[in-house]
Parts: sequence; structure tokens; C-alpha cells
Amino acid sequence: MSKTLFDKIWDEHVVTEIEGGPDVLYIDKHLIHEVTSPQAFGGIEKRGISVFRPDRVVATPDHNVPTINQHLPIKDELSRFQVNKLTENCERHDIQLYGLNHPYQGIVHVIGPQLGITQPGMTIVCGDSHTSTHGAFGSVAFGIGTSEVEMVLATQCVMQPKPKKMRITVDGKLGKGVTAKDVVLYIISKVTASGGTGYFVEFAGSAIKSLSMEGRMTVCNMSIEMGARGGLIAPDETTFEYIKGKEFAPKGADFDKAVEAWKLLFSDEDAVFDKEIAFDAADIEPMITYGTNPGMGTKVNGSVPSLNEISEGNRNSFSKAMNYMDLKPGEALIGKKIDYVFVGSCTNGRIEDLREVANFVRGKRKASGVTAWIVPGSKQVEKQAHEEGITEILEEAGFQLRQPGCSACLAMNEDKVPTGKYAVSTSNRNFEGRQGPGARTMLASPLTAAAVAVKGEIVDPREVL
Amino acid sequence: MGIAKFVTIQSTAVPLPIENVDTDQIIPARFLKATTRDGFGENLFRDWRFNEENEPIKDFVLNDSTYKGKILVAGKNFGSGSSREHAAWAVHDYGFKVVVSSFFADIFKNNALNNGLLPVQVTAGFLNEIFEAIKQDPTTKFEVNLQKQSIIISSLGAREHFDINPYKKECLLNGFDDIDYLLNIKDKIEAFEQARV
Repeated sequence: MSKTLFDKIWDEHVVTEIEGGPDVLYIDKHLIHEVTSPQAFGGIEKRGISVFRPDRVVATPDHNVPTINQHLPIKDELSRFQVNKLTENCERHDIQLYGLNHPYQGIVHVIGPQLGITQPGMTIVCGDSHTSTHGAFGSVAFGIGTSEVEMVLATQCVMQPKPKKMRITVDGKLGKGVTAKDVVLYIISKVTASGGTGYFVEFAGSAIKSLSMEGRMTVCNMSIEMGARGGLIAPDETTFEYIKGKEFAPKGADFDKAVEAWKLLFSDEDAVFDKEIAFDAADIEPMITYGTNPGMGTKVNGSVPSLNEISEGNRNSFSKAMNYMDLKPGEALIGKKIDYVFVGSCTNGRIEDLREVANFVRGKRKASGVTAWIVPGSKQVEKQAHEEGITEILEEAGFQLRQPGCSACLAMNEDKVPTGKYAVSTSNRNFEGRQGPGARTMLASPLTAAAVAVKGEIVDPREVL
Repeated sequence: MGIAKFVTIQSTAVPLPIENVDTDQIIPARFLKATTRDGFGENLFRDWRFNEENEPIKDFVLNDSTYKGKILVAGKNFGSGSSREHAAWAVHDYGFKVVVSSFFADIFKNNALNNGLLPVQVTAGFLNEIFEAIKQDPTTKFEVNLQKQSIIISSLGAREHFDINPYKKECLLNGFDDIDYLLNIKDKIEAFEQARV
């Protein structure tokens, strides 16, 4: 019987089906971090059991770490306690930890792929909704809650109802200045922030295939922002090339053997999806969000929708968002003054993103009214940025280069955008207060963010390339 | 270990007619630094409930004594965004046993069910009826019966059936826990591992 890529991977991991209930799904890799794991460790200890397969778990602190002076003890008492708790739990249960001063530390979804931990055909979970990032490699990867983290620690399995399948195809050639981030913001603006709920999404088509692994990760990363359980892309030569030589990837003959198996990971030609959507790459322009969920986005040279473009049922939410963002329906976005620019996060904190920003700002200077933060996704990204001279370019342009972590994406640490200030951010969520209480977030690509940092206001990157 | 058994709820309800209530609103990230599951109710909807000076914002529904009860009724797509289970803990810890909406985000739904908090998904029409009934009379009582999978607006007798996975229903009614279930089939899991090598 013909199968989708998702079915092939999922079905191969089903330990048993519960009648009228969820599937018991075996998990190949379990990534953990300091914020959503302590209660899970507490749970298994209360049950008097140990971690079932510690060699399948990898840990790193990222959500709640400072991005300056990481060599010093963490100042915030609660954060320090939480990060220390992760260290203790990993030591006690024999789990590989890349701690704050380890050369492999970083945002969990940046380090997995970078170290070759993430591989095609795997099931991967983490107590973080952006686990969908790993789907870029053709794996079934999704975020789970803490009770489920406990479940996986205890049994290496998770109970999940099998989601429905959707395929989103983007064919054609992307225009100048249009990046993976624009593709995914465009898709979400069309599908809406809840349009993918209940589905696992396969991204396909020539425009998706043309993306680098970094770009594919950006797209899959944001599948959750349309409500989808996860997103994935069939692996191909781009994937294999990226994995080759990575620390934990198979080597030599083992690698060749693995590639043979990975080549079978695609949706069969006549496989049936519960829903199919297609877009034309030529319609996609540089995007930016204006509202308080990632579905509220438009082309950067466009305008906030006017009230009559919003369906009646959505007007309350729309007005609430406009009020929070202090924007007027119908208002043009170009020229809007911006106070903060944040480049980083599991969406856009990889080396390619930093390169893109550096290429643009080389020889330029950020606008005087803008605070620009660049937060590398991992210690390895940070090191690479130093080696490639990116750090120097960014510093000369007046950007503050900080140390790896989730940082202002969710503002759990001190990296907060002040109340009422506008931030153009390469992260994934523009929710109320996401980047700090009262902060006004507008999501965009690293290229757009760089252009905005230099101009001090919203600008179409194509106009200044 | 188990969770508390879910019993039929008869209660007034608290209306939150806002759509896309994301988990950053339910519990902002800066309150996720705890290492236990307790006490999150205190910061439920923190930035909608309190201003910068930590004074209650009067017109937010949780600060209005007219509305109380064990049932939270919210607009569509409740619980979107982050996977933080702290959101489900916060709603439950505050005292809610049921959340009603016309649509729930997947991860929130799983997290709620794993903590004995029942997500009741109703049609958009019935959700409006509920909001209208509370607007007319904030003391309107509702009955949520998990065994019968029904929600009733008691004064009007209006009733709607809701869906729930039969396995999860049994778990909630009996206070069973997924981990106990999985620990009981550990030999199956080990056999699965053996077969894959």
C-alpha cells in the first residue's frame, strides 16, 4: 500500500496500538532542557524508577541561560537553581549533558542537527514545541509536555494519537530577497495560526527542495505556528551532504548504508493526504507580521488589513491585537520606526543566518535609535562566526553579539524588549508579551531584520540590496 | 501513581471570549523557573490580570467577582503556542476542572488530559450560546458529564455531546495514568527494541 513519508516513519515506530486510544510510539532521540524537564525527573524519582534508555537522551540548558558572562555563576537565583537541577539530574541518571561552558552547548534544536544527532527516519521529541525543526531532515519530530517527557524518560515511548496528514507544496523560483523565513511566514498567513491543528505537514515542491538545510529547518521550525503537530521534508542529497562528517553521524561504510535507507524516505507517488495545499513561489515576497499571532503577517511593503478585510468573527481579536501593537487598520508598514532588532532563536540563529546579516551590514552601521542583538544559536555557531570574521563585521556595525541561548525569543532571561517598544525579530512568536511584558514584536527574516537595523525603520530589503 | 478521578461537574463558568489564547498569555515564560508542579495558578493570565505595579486590572474577568466557577470558557484555538505543560498546571491549579472552547491546540489538549483537566470541544454555535447565557445571567449553571460526554446549560436545558478518545476517557474517569500503563507493557517495548536491532 502506498504511504506518505510521515506514515512510513510513524508506522515503523509503533510498539502497539491501544484500542480506541493513542499509539504507543517508540522514540529514537529525546532532547531535554532545563525548563520542561525537572518535574519529569521528579516524577520518575517519586515512582522509584530510573531512566529507561539514558543513551537516547541528550541534554543542554538553553531557555533560561544568560547571554552574557556565561563563565560566571548565573545571577538570577531561580534560573541558577533550574540550570543546576538539570546538571544534577543528568549526572544522577547518566545522561549526556552539554552544559553552559561546553563547546557543544546551544539551543537544543540548533545543536541536534549540528552534531549529527538528528538523522532521517528518526522519531525525535523534546519538551519544546519547536522540536518540529528536526523534521527538515525527514524525521518525525514534535514537541511534548512535561508528563510526556516523564513518559519517555520512564519507557522511551510516548502515547500519541496519530495525526492527520497535510502536504503543502511550494513550486517555482523564489525571488530576490525572499528567504525561507518569508516562505513560512507567507504559508502561515494563508493557512492561519490554527489551520494546521491536528495535522502533521509535509513540505514539498521545487521551492522547498531549493532551500539549504538551514532554510528547511526554518520552515519546519514554524509548522507549530500554524498549529501543526510537526512538519517534515523528504531527505535528499542536500540532507545527506549536510549530515556527512557530523560528530554523531554514521561514518564510512555505515554512512553509505544509512544513505541507502534514507533514500527510501519519501511519500509514494499515489500516497493520499488528508489535505493538500499548493502555493506559487513567485507570489511570495519578503514578509513581516503586524499582529499578535504568527498568522497575522503580510508582505513587508504592504499594509495592516483594514477592518472590512477581517471576517466578522475575527474582528474582536484583530482589534485587540491592533490595540496591543498600537497600529491602525490599513496603516502602511514601510517607514515604521523600530527600537530593537533581535537576530537569533531556533528559527534563525544558525551560521547561515548570521552570514546573511553580516553580508548585508558589512561596511554599514546600525541606525542610532536601534538596539541590535545577535544571539548565536550555539557555541559552535559562535565559534564559526569568529572564525569567519562575522563577529568583527557585526561589532563594527554596532550590533551586540551575545552568547548562545534562547534569549529574547521568549525573554525568560534578562534579554527583554521594554514595554511599548517595537522589535523586528527573527524568532517565531509575536504573542503579547512574548519578548517582555508590553513588547511589540514583528517577525521577519534575518535579511529584513538586518535592513531594518541599518535604516531604523521598516524597509523592504529588496530596495536596499 | 494516577491522577484524581474526574467526577461530574456542576458549576458556574468564567467567560473569556478571546480567540487564540496562547500559552504565553496563560503563563508567561518568566514564571517557568520553578522545578515543581505547584503554585502556577497564582500567575495564571498574569499580564492580563495584573498591571506593571502588580495591581489587579479591574476589567479582566478573573478580577471580577461576578464570575466564578470550575469551568473556563474561551474562544477558539485555546492553548496555542508553546508546549509548556505549566499552562495546563496553571489553569488547573487556579481551580478550573474543565476548559470549554470550540477548538484546542493539540499539545495543550494532551497536557490538559494528562493532568485531569478536561478540554471540552463544542461547536462554535454552542460556544456562543454559552457566552450568551453567562452574559444574561452570570449565575447560570453548567453540567459537564464525562461518562455521558455531555455539556448542559442547566437553566436552558440546552445540551451538546462532546468527543473524547475512549482510552483517555477511561483514564480520567478512573484516575489512571499513562506512565503506569506503559510501565506495564515494558516487555513489549523491550521486544520491539530487540526486533529492530
